[in-house]
Amino acid sequence: MNVFLSYTVIGVTLGAIYAITATGLVVTYTTTGVFNFAHGAVGMVAAFSFYQLWQAWHWPLLVALAVVLLVEAPILAVLVETVLMRRLHGASTERSLMVTLGLLVILVGLATAVWNPLTSRTVPPFFGTDSVRVLGVYVSAQQILTVVVVVLMAVALRWFFRTFRVGVAMRAVVDDPDLVAMAGAKPYRVAQMGWMLGFFLAALAGCLLAPTVATTGLNISQLTLLVVNGYAAAVVGRLRSVPLTVVGGIVLGLVTEYCVGYLPTAHLSQNLIAVIPEVVPVIFLFVVLLVIPAARLVAAGRLPRHAAPRVPGPARSWVGAAVLVLLAVAVSPLLGGIALATVATGLALGIVGVSLVLLTGYAGQVSLCQLTFLGVGAFTMGKISGGGGWLGLVAAVGVSGAVGALVALPTLRLRGLYLALATLAFGEAAYYAFFSNPSFFPGYGGNITVRRLALPGAQSVGDRVELVEIAVALALCAVAVLAVRRSRFGRRLVALNDSPAAFATLGMNARAVKVAVFALSAAMAGLGGCLYAGEQGAISANDVLFFSSLTLLLFVAIWGMRTVTGGILGGLTAAALPVAATHLPHALTDLSGLVAGVGIVLLSRNPDGVLGLPALTGLLRRTWGAAPSGDATGEPALGATQGAVGAAG
Amino acid sequence: MPPGNRPSERHRVRSVPPAEPAARASGERGEPALEARGVSVRFGGVAALTDVSLAAHPGQVTGLIGPNGAGKTTLFNVITGLQRPDHGRVTIAGRDVTGLGPHRRARLGLARTFQRLELFGTLSAAENVRVGLEARGSRRSTAGARSGLPSGAAALLERVGVPGAPDAPAASLPTGSARLVELARALAIDPGVLLLDEPCSGLDDHETAALGKLLGELASEGRAVLLVEHDMDLVLQICDLVYVLDFGEIIASGTPDQVRNDPAVQSAYLGRVERSDERAGPVSP
Repeated sequence: MNVFLSYTVIGVTLGAIYAITATGLVVTYTTTGVFNFAHGAVGMVAAFSFYQLWQAWHWPLLVALAVVLLVEAPILAVLVETVLMRRLHGASTERSLMVTLGLLVILVGLATAVWNPLTSRTVPPFFGTDSVRVLGVYVSAQQILTVVVVVLMAVALRWFFRTFRVGVAMRAVVDDPDLVAMAGAKPYRVAQMGWMLGFFLAALAGCLLAPTVATTGLNISQLTLLVVNGYAAAVVGRLRSVPLTVVGGIVLGLVTEYCVGYLPTAHLSQNLIAVIPEVVPVIFLFVVLLVIPAARLVAAGRLPRHAAPRVPGPARSWVGAAVLVLLAVAVSPLLGGIALATVATGLALGIVGVSLVLLTGYAGQVSLCQLTFLGVGAFTMGKISGGGGWLGLVAAVGVSGAVGALVALPTLRLRGLYLALATLAFGEAAYYAFFSNPSFFPGYGGNITVRRLALPGAQSVGDRVELVEIAVALALCAVAVLAVRRSRFGRRLVALNDSPAAFATLGMNARAVKVAVFALSAAMAGLGGCLYAGEQGAISANDVLFFSSLTLLLFVAIWGMRTVTGGILGGLTAAALPVAATHLPHALTDLSGLVAGVGIVLLSRNPDGVLGLPALTGLLRRTWGAAPSGDATGEPALGATQGAVGAAG
Repeated sequence: MPPGNRPSERHRVRSVPPAEPAARASGERGEPALEARGVSVRFGGVAALTDVSLAAHPGQVTGLIGPNGAGKTTLFNVITGLQRPDHGRVTIAGRDVTGLGPHRRARLGLARTFQRLELFGTLSAAENVRVGLEARGSRRSTAGARSGLPSGAAALLERVGVPGAPDAPAASLPTGSARLVELARALAIDPGVLLLDEPCSGLDDHETAALGKLLGELASEGRAVLLVEHDMDLVLQICDLVYVLDFGEIIASGTPDQVRNDPAVQSAYLGRVERSDERAGPVSP
């Protein structure tokens, strides 16, 4: 009984922190209509700042807390609202989602620059290690404090939303900002309030969480990904209800702790037991997603303001593909060492980038775990006939496609945001339970060896031949994606993205189309994974990090999400920047994240990215005498190839 | 009064000689192609629709009028499956579809246009129609009757009177043309029941007249056309039967003449037009 109570106390405390962070997500989402993916990152920055003030600079506890919660968080919120979010008024969900993802990588990049991840940092409990004995269980002062804070928060929020004019306006503004404006409230002031409250709660959760991770120390990515657990709690309240969200957080905390305590561990491998705290929230999330009611289709009456780039015909796409391959042939003798490897890796990632163009650019579905599919493909390839055979390649494509369909299935009834979050959660679960699991990745450093794709009649594949091999695969993928876009299925993808309501009222099944495009895109990422791992020689958990998936997605969006050229350049950029960062000062360790974040923020008003900038399209039109965007898969790749070479050299 | 029991008293001359469907057109006492019975919808504390019943028969143009905010679009959403009613049933050709999703209903031959445009803006006008044609595929719909429609996208656009290039991106079309593209796209699935939500807004007088003529032709092909429209002249001119919706309730129904002369409608609806315009002025578009 005492054991049960102990787990309950720990579970409630953990759940209270989940509840606080989830409530912050819900408050921002309901008042601004933006789901803040950077919510966990805000908490992370707050936790590190709190450490800095209290532990490193020895400020008094309460002063440090007050500065973090009442000065830093609100200032950051106002900055984010004014500089990033206000410009997005009326933009699509997908656009605003990209900007919060950009904010996430910027915050992570800055934190990496300020707080060297190799240093260990721990925060002690606020009021020492005192504890009281309740019903035979020791409850620490910190635990009591956490529960008191969550209760105070719930009461205060309720009072705020019902009593104050701005609180009432916050409840109204998300329904119809224009109407609220007419009623005399300033919508941006209300949105600002929503961001400030959200950031405050994120920071509060971050500070409360800091002492609980004392054994491992503060960890940038762990704290940032707390958003996944918060999201699982928020989904219980359907991203709307604060009371249900609080309940969801506490239930999640309890379920997690009871699983830690009572799962029949005899049947589980030691490696799985270790990751129960990471995996349970994700399973919890998927279960909740399966039972919450389907979203209603809303006739939004919104037309895209930006005309889509022209889709090249078969002739143009084959010419582009030929140019890409010829470029690879021409460039390969000039490169060597790291430069050659970087370009080859970049082209393999370009295949994943092109798969994102299909999924996100055309169909408007956001995947935050595309590199997980890459990893699944590479793993399958490595496991079949020693990795390197064509059978393995075919199996890899099939398996990753099937996994993609499985991820999409539970969320199909729901809106795009839920799908994006489900992919994030899936990627995390796969990372902990599968890719970091020595049962599956037994090699030294958790590697699975993958050999280069064998060519018929050749004993081995040299570096330069391999580069051309990858370029050919990429060119074929690009041609295939363009062919899909021109097909009946491609028209359906675009139609579904433009108007789900009209799509359904014409008698077409949106779920079937979504599963199909998700499977297709994941299969293509799996193909890219085979070539990527063949180039690296192995696949491991480090290749499928959430942050890498995210920066790749952002790079594709920066270059141009709706053109295959953007996908290819995105892949090359994602490969080149980490190599470039090794030549730069420590503060720029996370160069990819900083560039991706700043880039997406700068381009937030232009949905077609760099390739869609009027200045560039005008220049290309004059140079090539045709509409450029997405016309040729090859031409602009030249610049990036040189860029990669330059960066690597 | 169940409107389905009331035969149309107007006999209209169609510009297209009715073929086989003429039998359906005259058999109005038969099964309605579309029927809503006792539909109620509440949004929070607001009753959007209260116990609304209506029927649309093959071969007829049925009008649905009422001031802004009366619940017309909500009723369309209930009929097409975008909004689940709190109470009531919807049947298509006698089949209860209340529990079916929008795409299943469309496969039974139900098509609509939207008051706030829902075009596939990335695609060209012709591609919009083509998606509809491809959605029709080889399926058979039960609700209707058909004929007479061209099977190509360009020809369909021409039939509804879209001027200009079918290759222009749909997002760049003026409102009037965009509405006609939506109509062509809806026709592409060869519907037995066609729901039109204010198709004439954005059209000039000449185009409105042409559209009125087209709707008559579509009905005479054996389709049931249900029309929401603010252009009262057009409604009274082309509809066989008119329902008047106000504050979520049907307050009158009958032939255009009956509705026009109904004192209840005149005082309740026409008298309230100004008030509702005032009320709706700054709020709804």
